[in-house]
Amino acid sequence: MSVRYGLLGLLSRGPAHGYALRAEFEAATGATWPLNIGQVYSTLARLERDGLISTKDETDDAEAGLERRRYHLTVSGLEELRRWFATPVPRDAPPRSELVVKVILALMLPEVDARRVLDVQRAASMRSLQVLTQLRGSASSDMATSLAADAAIFGAEAEIRWLEHCEAKLVQSKRGAS
Amino acid sequence: MTTVLELREVGRVHGHGTLAVTALRAVSLTVATGELVAVMGPSGSGKSTLLNLAGGLDRATSGEVIVAGTALSVLGPPALAALRRSSVGYVFQELNLVGGLTAAENVALPLELDGVSARKARLAALDALQLVALGASADRFPDELSGGEQQRVAIARALVGPRHLILADEPTGALDSVTGQDIITLLRRRCDDGAAVLLVTHEPRYAAWADRVVFLRDGSVVESASMNPVGEP
Repeated sequence: MSVRYGLLGLLSRGPAHGYALRAEFEAATGATWPLNIGQVYSTLARLERDGLISTKDETDDAEAGLERRRYHLTVSGLEELRRWFATPVPRDAPPRSELVVKVILALMLPEVDARRVLDVQRAASMRSLQVLTQLRGSASSDMATSLAADAAIFGAEAEIRWLEHCEAKLVQSKRGAS
Repeated sequence: MTTVLELREVGRVHGHGTLAVTALRAVSLTVATGELVAVMGPSGSGKSTLLNLAGGLDRATSGEVIVAGTALSVLGPPALAALRRSSVGYVFQELNLVGGLTAAENVALPLELDGVSARKARLAALDALQLVALGASADRFPDELSGGEQQRVAIARALVGPRHLILADEPTGALDSVTGQDIITLLRRRCDDGAAVLLVTHEPRYAAWADRVVFLRDGSVVESASMNPVGEP
């Protein structure tokens, strides 16, 4: 979904070629979301099929044989983009589902040391947070890169807080049981 | 890198017999120059006990605390106080500064207590204030400074003179998140320039600036997260 709307958004600035769109998408996501060119073309083909973009082949003698297809946003494409910006991204998808399932099962199954599961995960999440923090600290501070890094940092931080919350709940339930 | 602080199997038990409460059990860790080590854990896990033992404010009941090459257990109270003044700087959550003294006087205080002349102490204080970008505020009183600036003065005081070990207990606790971030980056920069910092915090975001994060529970180290691969110092 995000690639689709990302490409629509980039095309709202003006017509562009596939390769340029890929480079712009990667720059806009702070290089956190690498795309292969096949993904770009298949998404563009679907957008064209849905009437949201149109194409125009250009001939260029100097670069004969090179891809010269330019993509344009259509009126419906612009309307679709506006609708997307006006609608919130749904949060109903289960977040970090494997981790949630693992922790809940660890708390349910008596043979699993739930605290150990939480400790190991928290150390691993903290290590990702350390790496992300260092990356952001050393990165040249262009807006896209630093905002994308911030999103990952807030995500890792939320995960650690949730794990601490799980531990507090575990301690509470043990106290209640004893 | 030189080891500035070493805890060897350090334990602290309060009380005796059936009333004994273990605050810390067999904790080992080292902090070298250039290192920022963070300690995390729920309340009551032993974070503050660990910091107090590391700074010689409390005595271990087992194991050994070694600061700048000196085992604290062999020192009597006057020698311990002298070592604290010469080697250890503290930064707490709040109430860090003496209200009746200017920023420079606050920073110069530990040196003057150690017998350094007022003029030399002031020069060292001005240097330390420069390092925390507060050179221009040297003659201001604490109540003329913002919370973040006061905390920077406390960091300058913790590092003034020959000291390079900072023990920081929730130094960002009373600050908003942007100012808190400034304080952590300042501590990080001091480390990169050769200081050693042991930081107690409950904020993952700030702990993430550390080279190593140690997790405590019920007085024991349960896990740690390190920027260096396992096996490297």
